[in-house]
Amino acid sequence: MVAAAVFRMRNVSKVYHVGDLEVVALRDVSLELYAGEFVVLLGPSGSGKSTLLNLLGGLDTPTTGEVDYLDHDLSASGDEKLTAFRREHVGFVFQFYNLIPSLTAAENVALVTDIAEKPMDPREALALVELTDRADHFPAQLSGGEQQRVAIARAVAKRPDVLLCDEPTGALDVETGRLVLQVLERVNKELGTITAVITHNASIAAMGDRVLRMSSGRIIDIKANEKRLPASELVW
Amino acid sequence: MRIGALDRKILRDAWHIRGQIVACALVVAGGINSFVSLSSVNRTLAASQAAFYEEYRFADVFAGAVRAPDSVAASLAAIPGVATLETRVAVRVNLDVPGLAEPARGRILSISRDPAGGLNALHLRRGRLPAPESQDEVVVAEAFSVANSLGPGDTFRGVIHGKYKALRIVGVAISPEFIYALGPGQLVPDNRRYGVLWMDRKGLAKAHDMEGAFNDVSARVGPGASIRSVLKEMDRILAPYGGVGAYDREDQLSHRFLSDEIAQNRTMSRITPTIFLLVGAFLLYTILTRLVQMQRSQVGLLKAFGYTGGEISLHYLKLALVISLFGAGIGVATGLPLAYSMLSLYSEYYYFPMYGNDQGFNVASAGVALAVAAATLGAVPAAMRAARLAPADTMRPEPPPRFHAGVLERWGLRRALSPARRMLVRNLARRPLRFAASVAGIAIAVALLVMMTAVTDGVYYLMQWQFTIVQHDDVQVLLNEPRTTSALDEIRALPGVLEVEPFRLASARVHAGHRMKRGVLFGLDAAPTLRRVVGVDGRAWEIPLDGVVLTTIVAGTLHVGAGDTVEVEIMEGKRTTTPLLVMGVVDEPIGFATYVSRQTANRILGEGDVITGAYLRVDSRERERIFAQLKAMPEVAGANLREAAYAQFRAMIDRSVGIMITMNLIFAWIIACGLVYNGARIALSERGYELATLRVLGFTQRESASLLLGEQAVITGSGLPLGIVLGIGLTLYFIWMLSTQMWRMPYVMTGLNLVGAMVAVALAAVASGGAVAWRLRRLDLVGALKARE
Repeated sequence: MVAAAVFRMRNVSKVYHVGDLEVVALRDVSLELYAGEFVVLLGPSGSGKSTLLNLLGGLDTPTTGEVDYLDHDLSASGDEKLTAFRREHVGFVFQFYNLIPSLTAAENVALVTDIAEKPMDPREALALVELTDRADHFPAQLSGGEQQRVAIARAVAKRPDVLLCDEPTGALDVETGRLVLQVLERVNKELGTITAVITHNASIAAMGDRVLRMSSGRIIDIKANEKRLPASELVW
Repeated sequence: MRIGALDRKILRDAWHIRGQIVACALVVAGGINSFVSLSSVNRTLAASQAAFYEEYRFADVFAGAVRAPDSVAASLAAIPGVATLETRVAVRVNLDVPGLAEPARGRILSISRDPAGGLNALHLRRGRLPAPESQDEVVVAEAFSVANSLGPGDTFRGVIHGKYKALRIVGVAISPEFIYALGPGQLVPDNRRYGVLWMDRKGLAKAHDMEGAFNDVSARVGPGASIRSVLKEMDRILAPYGGVGAYDREDQLSHRFLSDEIAQNRTMSRITPTIFLLVGAFLLYTILTRLVQMQRSQVGLLKAFGYTGGEISLHYLKLALVISLFGAGIGVATGLPLAYSMLSLYSEYYYFPMYGNDQGFNVASAGVALAVAAATLGAVPAAMRAARLAPADTMRPEPPPRFHAGVLERWGLRRALSPARRMLVRNLARRPLRFAASVAGIAIAVALLVMMTAVTDGVYYLMQWQFTIVQHDDVQVLLNEPRTTSALDEIRALPGVLEVEPFRLASARVHAGHRMKRGVLFGLDAAPTLRRVVGVDGRAWEIPLDGVVLTTIVAGTLHVGAGDTVEVEIMEGKRTTTPLLVMGVVDEPIGFATYVSRQTANRILGEGDVITGAYLRVDSRERERIFAQLKAMPEVAGANLREAAYAQFRAMIDRSVGIMITMNLIFAWIIACGLVYNGARIALSERGYELATLRVLGFTQRESASLLLGEQAVITGSGLPLGIVLGIGLTLYFIWMLSTQMWRMPYVMTGLNLVGAMVAVALAAVASGGAVAWRLRRLDLVGALKARE
């Protein structure tokens, strides 16, 4: 990767207090993410993947260490700045889609485009995920895969700089999961959005530029794929 | 006792949603508080009234005459239907109360010597009855005794039959006839300036030149007797002796006031608790429905373990029971002391033994039962839903709720609304009943305040109207009998008397067809200035030379209007009956006056140019001296001071209004806070996930709070104007309910009332909504990414 680092984490640790317990979710992690790359984070439950993603997405701040997005210091930002950061730069895709049930597909997308600076038209975003004909359907009228594609449309409609996906295929069957991954792949290629995908599913690793393996709060391995495998060819 | 695991769960559930439970319990508490306080006051008043009447043999029928020989008593007692009859001597008296500059008035009644106790018997509070044949010993009414700090052993002077007489107090008593003692011309009891006294019959008869005669009759009728025919017979028999018209309890002032008060109180004791308990049931319904929804998988698990639907229903009903008992406890604990202080306020105006303090337990038990019933009403739908959940279904996550675009949106509203606004509209539209009930609740809170302030303003307006618009006098002087206008020469000549306006009062009945209204004929100068005839609408009336001006109450009772003819039957003197043309109807809220010019009064009374009193305007520097001189005039039967009456009225109103406004404000706040807090909490619980998602997507805290509270804002915003409409309706209903044959509350509605009521409720809503919005700060954004609830 020759591009400049967009995200830079230096010696980041994150400690949670759960009741009387102290849970160390990240231990001294350093990482850089580059423009346009597709990163897959692999690891078992509790390895710190989600914590890492939350720190990158401005949902949380580290206990120690620094997280920078370009020239923004996320680790020193308060709620207001983090909110603005998410609003302007980050797209989220969740395992359970998190669509607003009272809004149609197009409206769910519009919810985000309404507060973004240079968004796509919601219909355009839906076209990207090939759901133009379902634009006026409510979540209850959509299948799981369709709901996840709406969620992706919603995430990319603001033209984010980074797309963070937490187990985007976790609740889907293989066919549908593959379809969703193809959409992510396409967004990454066509829009050049940095895409980070958290997954349990090691097969997905093949479609990334780099694969990070995590365990017990540390990155234990970073591997760059020689060649990215198209999502359509993934098997699991 | 071992608490089962399931009961432990419900206790912990309760702790988890304690804010909502407290809000709901407070609404229930408001209902039980009003039920317990109003009902126990009501029961106590009604029971005390009934017991006092029975024990002290309050008469059913009353009559008066100028003077009837004792022999007539036998024919009166022989009237079919009369069970017991008693004659008395009743004397109006001018009292010289120590420490009071102006003359006070009183009524002295002879005491029955019936060994069985007689009718309208006295309940001695202190001292003893006058000795037989004593001419100076009196028993005074407790109200008068308290107001003037007079008791056994004290003496004061009275003018009986034109002669000064020293009166010695030997006892203090109360009587079923004078529980509420209102002197002539008074609007509220002024016990300092009006008192009822009792003397030995012989002594009083001698002083009043009534030996071998009587001028007052009381009777009790037997079961099933026709009071109407008894009254008619009495009138017939007493007519030759100057009968002034027989009447029954309905027209007996003390009974009328007390009974009206009890009736109003009873209505309130039904309306207020009902409103609260319905709101409470609704809150419980929303709380439990949400809880069951959240605990779907737990219910499924319990069922999988083998718990029956009934056991699970009971489980949720227990929570409702806990809430209702909590609320009922607060309601009873605050309601009983409130009842006590309300009764002690009553006892300052109504003098009778308060029985029924043992009502507390009964009323409290009934209150608890009501609370439990309301809670069950609210809880049953949710409990049933829990019982019906199929275990297999509950193990799967709940499918997303179904939404659709409503009618309004299809009409094009859609384009006008942002997605956030559409969420709000659809969420409200998805549960139209919940929305309607919440709006109704807010409206009720506003309406309570509107009604309360409007009624209060009505009372104040009534007071101001009477004392600053109608009356411009300083003193109303009443003569002890009709006299020629020359009787005023002496008064007019007193230094400091600036203006004198004579009037003629006579008791009269006004008839129209078969309808009749008792009242007074009020003969005034053509254009009176000290005592004007003005409606609450502000219209001032000149008194026509011929014909009558009726008040709306009289005209309404008789179903007549301007242009109709009424028959005026004078109930004293020559007892003439004269047809008179109704020249107008004055919108006067108080009273039974029938206005005529003095010329007309003189003509129909046939006694020449006579008067019974006058309104005076006096130089304020000479007031005390004038009062003293009036007091010394034997022909003056008494004086009513406008300012004193005004102050008296205001004191009474200020006290009760203060309590009522405070209570209603608290009630309205409890309802509004309960509804908004609960509504927002449930919205937060139902859509916490949604809101967290929005926060993750970059919505600020303020934006997500506005989404959360938007619905409550719409509910409150719709409830406020609806509350105004409801409040106006409730006020009109309340006025109608409060209106009696004697007075009618004016309808006063000011912008300040309406805005004030809305602001008060809106503040409560903002505070409760704010409390919930505060919780958004703790929204778990990270959690929202992970778990589907």
